Amino acid sequence: MLQPLAQNIVYGILIGALYGLAAVGLSLVFGVSKFLNVSHGELLMLGGYASFWIFKGLKIDPFISIPLTIIFLLLIGFILYRLIFSRLIKLEVDKKIQNSLLVGFGLSTILQNIALRLWTADDRSITTAYSGTSFELAGIRFPAVRLISLGITIVVLISLQIFLKKTFTGKAIRATVEDWQSASLMGINIHRVYLLAFMLGCGMAGVAGTLVSICYSIDPSMGLNWTLKSMVVMVLGGLGSMIGTFVGGIILGVTESATAFFIGGNYRLIAGLVLFLVILIFRPQGLFGTKEGDR
Amino acid sequence: MLKLTEIDTYYGDLQALWGISLEVKEGEMVSLIGPNGAGKTTTLQSITGLLRPARGNISFDGHDLLKVPPDKIVDLGISMVMEGGRVFAGMSVMENLELGAYGARARKDRAETIEHVFETFPRLKERLTQRAGTLSGGERQMLAIGRAMMSKPKLLMLDEPSFGLAPILVDAIFEMVKGINKQGVTILLVEQNVRAALELADRAYVIENGRIVGEGSGEALLSFESVRSAYLG
Repeated sequence: MLQPLAQNIVYGILIGALYGLAAVGLSLVFGVSKFLNVSHGELLMLGGYASFWIFKGLKIDPFISIPLTIIFLLLIGFILYRLIFSRLIKLEVDKKIQNSLLVGFGLSTILQNIALRLWTADDRSITTAYSGTSFELAGIRFPAVRLISLGITIVVLISLQIFLKKTFTGKAIRATVEDWQSASLMGINIHRVYLLAFMLGCGMAGVAGTLVSICYSIDPSMGLNWTLKSMVVMVLGGLGSMIGTFVGGIILGVTESATAFFIGGNYRLIAGLVLFLVILIFRPQGLFGTKEGDR
Repeated sequence: MLKLTEIDTYYGDLQALWGISLEVKEGEMVSLIGPNGAGKTTTLQSITGLLRPARGNISFDGHDLLKVPPDKIVDLGISMVMEGGRVFAGMSVMENLELGAYGARARKDRAETIEHVFETFPRLKERLTQRAGTLSGGERQMLAIGRAMMSKPKLLMLDEPSFGLAPILVDAIFEMVKGINKQGVTILLVEQNVRAALELADRAYVIENGRIVGEGSGEALLSFESVRSAYLG
């Protein structure tokens, strides 16, 4: 009983880290520009397919090709922002949230159908020579690719954290999150900040997509599920706290796998949504977030 | 140095400024006084590019400000302290000051400028690593002014720097503003505290319902009957 449970929890943590990574991208975009981009999951899907085709076509190891995938998604982010989202930026906050929801929803449908058309509805996953490798510790299995993915997730999040804390551009992003008018008075080009944050969010989705395509599988309709997970985690962790978001991801992953273990696999998705509701009712600022007032 | 000619500014469909003209000369301290909602803040925001006038002209040191994007205006030497200071509460005092020197012109000199700011506001040096949100009201206002000074402004615009502060702090803040003016920084001051604003200023403008209704030296306006009865009671 104990060993399968521990195994389950380990798997929960490993997938939870990816939830966290996906949510950080969504949360960054929301924090900076108040866009709730519900096509975030589709961007993740694009990242997954990018790695898949780079692996198939160019025979480049998916972990090695992550920088390429990031560049591809940054580019997609640039185009989407310039073409679509920049048109919403001048709206008031509540209108911005509503309209970005609509735009994101349309975009997710479009991206899904493009993917369906180009790549069919088949499940795909990247199988490398080492995909089956795993380590065992106290009878618990640690699949190699998922461990490496956890490592990459942590590296990406720490890099982002350092970027936001230490660089002038990162500080400009944080300043814009807090008060865009004040930021503008400092000489910060806030429209560039919005663009950059959106691109970064897409880049993070790209990395997450790659890791999903290595550890699990991808298909054109996977996006909605990942958008939902990201939103649950974003609320769970609380806005503005990146570590909180990451931990929130792991909590969701563990909750899901524990539910699957104790109640049954069919209930794992429900667990996340129940958690979401409970948090919204009892701690709307998130587990690690602060209330607006005491910031 | 700064010249506004016949400015009309709108908030959405609502016209807030009606043909505002005013001038600030180099080295001067000019006050803009008037009741709540008269358009004082709107005037300052029109200068910084947070709002864009629909008609009229704003020139600063020979530049047409209406053609300069908002993020470049600070590089020309204009800095504004908004009402309440509006510091970045979640960021440290040091980070706030660094961001004050974000513009290209000020950034390279920021190590030097920060020492200068500490001379004016020694309290900030003691609080460097503290989050700005944990500062007291007076300290926040000092940080806001210090942050504005980090951009090495030629013209510093202050919107209600005394707002919400205890009387003893109000005096201290005004002293500091006077000191900054003595260092050669031109000041445009918006104030509810009319007596102090007029006593401090070389010249002042009175604004009502989005129009300039009076202009003169601080002393002259202090003795001006309508100003006395309207603002000084």
